[in-house]
Amino acid sequence: MTDLFPLWNSLRIAAISSVIVFFAGIFAAYRAARLPRTLKGILDVILTLPLVLPPTVCGYFLLLLFGTRRPLGSFLMQMGIRLVMNWPGGVAAAVVVAFPLMYRTARGAFESFDENLAWSGQTLGLSNTWIFWHVRMRACRQGILAGTVLAFARALGEYGATSMLIGYTPGRTATVSTTVYQLWRTNDGRGAFFWVMVNLAISAVVLLAVNLLETRERQGKKNGA
Amino acid sequence: MALEVNIEKQAGTFRLQAAFTCEKEFLGILGASGCGKSMTLKCIAGIERPDRGRIALDGRVLFDSEKKIDLPPQERRVGYLFQNYALFPGMTVRQNILCGLHAEKDKKKKEQRADEMLELLQIRDLASLRPGALSGGQAQRAALGRILVNEPDLLLLDEPFSALDTHLRLKLQMELKNLLSGYGKGIIMVTHDRDEAFRMCDRLGVMEDGRILTVKGTKELFADPETRTAAVITGCKNIAKARKTGEREVFVPEWNIRLTTGTPVRDGLEAVGIRAHHFCPDETENRFPVRIQGEMEEPFEWVSEFRYDGQEPSAPAVWWRYAKEIRPPEIPEALGVKPDNILLLYS
Repeated sequence: MTDLFPLWNSLRIAAISSVIVFFAGIFAAYRAARLPRTLKGILDVILTLPLVLPPTVCGYFLLLLFGTRRPLGSFLMQMGIRLVMNWPGGVAAAVVVAFPLMYRTARGAFESFDENLAWSGQTLGLSNTWIFWHVRMRACRQGILAGTVLAFARALGEYGATSMLIGYTPGRTATVSTTVYQLWRTNDGRGAFFWVMVNLAISAVVLLAVNLLETRERQGKKNGA
Repeated sequence: MALEVNIEKQAGTFRLQAAFTCEKEFLGILGASGCGKSMTLKCIAGIERPDRGRIALDGRVLFDSEKKIDLPPQERRVGYLFQNYALFPGMTVRQNILCGLHAEKDKKKKEQRADEMLELLQIRDLASLRPGALSGGQAQRAALGRILVNEPDLLLLDEPFSALDTHLRLKLQMELKNLLSGYGKGIIMVTHDRDEAFRMCDRLGVMEDGRILTVKGTKELFADPETRTAAVITGCKNIAKARKTGEREVFVPEWNIRLTTGTPVRDGLEAVGIRAHHFCPDETENRFPVRIQGEMEEPFEWVSEFRYDGQEPSAPAVWWRYAKEIRPPEIPEALGVKPDNILLLYS
């Protein structure tokens, strides 16, 4: 019986980082959408950089930040949080790499939002928080959902930054993607194939879910959603 | 005094300087697009923030730059009907109307008041539909219902009919007028459509480049627009520079004619205007020889283009419009205008 730890580890890393990216991405996108043009341009470059940088470069920066002898890293160590060579580091890596996907899709959705909807809510006396969650998020939900799914899929498949930050320790830090590489490297072709199939299956399920949601959305529109 | 507005706002090169009052009446602001009409409404509702000035509604100060008062839109009790109606997508008509009742905590009363509003606006059958399934007119009613249940102290209508098909407009204008007659609160509607403004409004102000010109009774404004801008926007087709030559006489160089006016001419005259339907072949006053240059038939009217004998070659032709029933058998050689129909326009 194959040890299924990498699957469990990958799923928990992807799930936790998706939740973090969901809120951080929405917050950043909402703020960025209302910034003046130049400031938005600069922020855009910084926030999108991890999307185009090689993941190993992201891993390098993460090591600079969270290395046990670095200020932030040693501070976290004192708090009892160890990111390097430990699975929570995988969450940090996945957050950094998946964040731009959420940020960009959510920002696109926020920018096409009809501001009259928010204003009409305000003149009716509805609170800004209520308007944000019931009107703005509702109107932008397709973009936000797409961003979340993309971020989740990206977090699940994260390899470069993860392998630099947490390495590969069977039963402790191994994820699906680092396991595929490790098994292949050690000539365990059958083991690598198994995990490749696992990866394929998860990706297929995710894409299927997105398609289903989109069809439902379209049908809803037809019925006047 | 229901509403007092005196505000200034700079937006890029555009400068808004709006000062007017609105009683418990239907006030219209008529102006071309981009003249600052919508911005004025947004400042009153608290969506946009003026740089300077004061806005007060029924004695409540909504905005005062000196006293640093700037109530958020939620506390202004000003209803705003958007051009695209801004119904919340993903909610039914009923849920949208319930949004306007969020302050009502008693659930039973809330449902009852929503039902009453649906009934009043005759949209009970649409209650469970979502905004995407509504026609323009239905969406307008739903949006209006959502505002009316909220019981604002002032109602702002931002080009409420411009998103509708022409044939629907008249019907909905009639409906809205009936619905809001006896509403008992101030209503301000901005529009670029003079017919719409004339039909709906008790009083009318003309807006140009961020400034509100003459505000007066709708009929008075159409009868005496006072300024060139107001004359153009109320649909006066023929406007030419003029100068005072007597107590009730002006000379129009472009047309090379002297016109007798109905009212005494004041100093500072800039131009005169003559509405296209005010020319008459049988009128003896202000009668001058003309040459008809072109004619166009419309469903119920004729439109002609003519020039006065002696008219400057560079001056544009003059428009004449008349009902088909009074079409003369022969093309007239001279046209007259009643002195009362000469509009005196000052700068």
